[in-house]
Amino acid sequence: MQITMKILRFDPEKDKKAHFQNYEIEADPLDRVLDALNTVKWHHDGTLTYRRSCAHGVCGSDAMRINGRNRLACKELVGDVGKKITIEPMLGFRILRDLVVDMEPFFDKYKSIKPYLINHEEVPAIERFQSAEDREIFDETTKCILCGACSGSCPPYWSNSEFIGPAAIVNAHRFIFDSRDQGVDERLAVLSQGEGVFRCRTIYNCTDACPRGIPVTKAIEQIKRVMLYNRG
Amino acid sequence: MYHKYDAVVVGAGGAGLMAALQMVGKANVAVITKLYPSRSHTGAAQGGICAALGNTEEDHWEWHMFDTVKGGDYLTDQDAAEVLARDAIERIIELEHMGLPFNRTPEGKIDQRRFGGHTRNYGEGPVRRSCFAADRTGHMILQTLYQQGIKNNVTFFNEFHLMDLIINNGRCVGVTAMDIKTGELHTFHSKATVFATGGYGRCWRVTSNAHACTGDGMVSAYRAGVPLMDMEMYQFHPTGLYRIGILLSEAARGEGGILRNSEGERFCERYAPTLKDLAPRDMVSRFIYQELREGRGAGPNKDYVYLHVDHLGKEVIDAKLPDITDFARTYLHVEPYTEGVPIQPTAHYAMGGIPTDVNGRVIMDEKGTVLPGFYAAGETACVSVHGANRLGTNSLVDLVVFGRRAGQNALQFIKDNDFEALPTNHEGRSNDLLRFVETGNDGSRKENAANIRKEMQDYMMDNVSVVRDAEKLTLALNKLYELKERYTKVKVSDSTQKFNTEKLEALELGAMLEMAEVTTKGALDRKESRGAHYREDYLKRDDQNFLAHTLVYRADDGNIKELRYKPVTLGRFEPKERKY
Repeated sequence: MQITMKILRFDPEKDKKAHFQNYEIEADPLDRVLDALNTVKWHHDGTLTYRRSCAHGVCGSDAMRINGRNRLACKELVGDVGKKITIEPMLGFRILRDLVVDMEPFFDKYKSIKPYLINHEEVPAIERFQSAEDREIFDETTKCILCGACSGSCPPYWSNSEFIGPAAIVNAHRFIFDSRDQGVDERLAVLSQGEGVFRCRTIYNCTDACPRGIPVTKAIEQIKRVMLYNRG
Repeated sequence: MYHKYDAVVVGAGGAGLMAALQMVGKANVAVITKLYPSRSHTGAAQGGICAALGNTEEDHWEWHMFDTVKGGDYLTDQDAAEVLARDAIERIIELEHMGLPFNRTPEGKIDQRRFGGHTRNYGEGPVRRSCFAADRTGHMILQTLYQQGIKNNVTFFNEFHLMDLIINNGRCVGVTAMDIKTGELHTFHSKATVFATGGYGRCWRVTSNAHACTGDGMVSAYRAGVPLMDMEMYQFHPTGLYRIGILLSEAARGEGGILRNSEGERFCERYAPTLKDLAPRDMVSRFIYQELREGRGAGPNKDYVYLHVDHLGKEVIDAKLPDITDFARTYLHVEPYTEGVPIQPTAHYAMGGIPTDVNGRVIMDEKGTVLPGFYAAGETACVSVHGANRLGTNSLVDLVVFGRRAGQNALQFIKDNDFEALPTNHEGRSNDLLRFVETGNDGSRKENAANIRKEMQDYMMDNVSVVRDAEKLTLALNKLYELKERYTKVKVSDSTQKFNTEKLEALELGAMLEMAEVTTKGALDRKESRGAHYREDYLKRDDQNFLAHTLVYRADDGNIKELRYKPVTLGRFEPKERKY
């Protein structure tokens, strides 16, 4: 079928401002939006620039705004999105070129919550035991692929470059609720600061945007409760 | 720009991160990666990581070693298989200590499940050896190792594309790489260099591999005079999602999933009475190929078979196979609760690669002569621990076992050696490559890169895949010569320096054409069938002439110079016919 791709372009060496460019291409309904981007780049305009790798929703490279919503380009099928597809880079991130955004501040915020197991006990000879029930508690937040779709869909994240953002909070949750971790206090110290968890306004855009189906707002809520009442 | 580090690791997947973690804090290490580390292809691995922990039933590392040797159709170097099986146990425990969220048994131990080719008591029946985190084990390993990298303050150069390996006075002295953000060439001068750059599945039309898997590390070593080993040994995973190639993990069959043809028959039972659907991957791919050939494929083109998990029930599917079922629903609009999922063999894994010893040191010939200062680990390396066919769950354990060994040995090398100088004009080859892609917009360059790539992928898929013969291989090889010629005229229209991915894709295409060529040539010259390399014109395994690894060397003009053979390291398991 014939589709129209309306893509926001910006070349830092040639453009003063970002501008839209239209491309008419052939696509199959079961093609991914990423496949459509590849068709444009490979056969119409080699200068179109975007990140991509796994092409099946596990690496998180190709998060972008597709018809106004943050999605992974490789998880959206052309037939489901429609014949007119508008593609823009995510909001809340500085544009480097076309659909490629600066991910450094995002990763810095991730690193600030100490995203690694903190355990001060002597390491046993075999594995640490963890019950299946305890393992289940933090299962959802282990799924995060750091794609940025949640933070990039969050109005407080757009308006406040210091806000730590949903992704960092989700990854803090993964450890705070892991029965083997002993770093709750250290992480809560970061999350309770001004630009931490209480900037969240429970808007739910993040939960909608997450390509892994993580209940982001719920995870943030659980952290707020731990902070206020010291229990989950 | 010039950088000096004791060690440079290229690649930030499981093997690269593991190698870097051995050295950080004890030496000055930099990790160079073409993607952000969490995007690496390790993250796509689903099924599991195996070790003879014996948490749910009796198991021994000797059994694991045997399965690996037999699984590799006896091309596996037995010293490597022993190291893998022995070290695996400690490595898995170490991963758990680092925080990896394994699925647990009711007693709270690391849970284990069955997987293709892994048996108890030297082939008696399937054994529960695969440790897993739902069906996203690779994702959890990558995340956990990256997190350890953050904890230990590893220095990363993200989105730097490897250009060249630098050798001087018979020693490896570093690499050059292009900063993708700026287009600038950087030199990394080091005492030790570790390549953990992954595979090259993008040479084939239907593949489980990410777009980034284009053989950059292998080709850089090859161009610098290092031979590549066993390149014809390329694995086709039996259950790739139809047409797209996305992997549906063997774990589905480990949990009880079965394959059916268009007649509804569980055909694996016919070909492999004992292990059935859990026979090793190369065999299952051939079973499927045979069914399609004999007209029992499903669909309008009769070109796929079905993977059924519907009989396992919603609870098992949701708990154990959530990602796999998501793929079927998302990409084919098929409901695994009630329907069979269309699947076909997909280009998946390179058993071959840069030859190393069991300590990760790169070797240059059949005698095992080491190239000082150069190491390789993971899919990029060929120890050879996987021989002619890799068992499922053995790759993730390969990453941590040999990634660690490469890192430790590199660290020792750093302690024992000074820096060797860079040669004059060490950026020469890199600058030539960059000039080639940067002048791609002058009038004489008219070839479309995507068209060249597509033709390569089609010819490789049709002629250098599950079933091969001299005619098909020769046809493919001739096509590749033609494509290499056309590549010299490839058009690159993007003239911007910053984040120029058209330039990048042109460089990757050059790498893939050479990887395809050495794979096809190795297959043509190996006149036998062994593991994943199956020849209809040479159906039997020929231990007399081919119980050896293929080494391919490059000539200065860019063609293949010669093929040599390196004997397999034998051991306690005598080569026997491979039946399951």
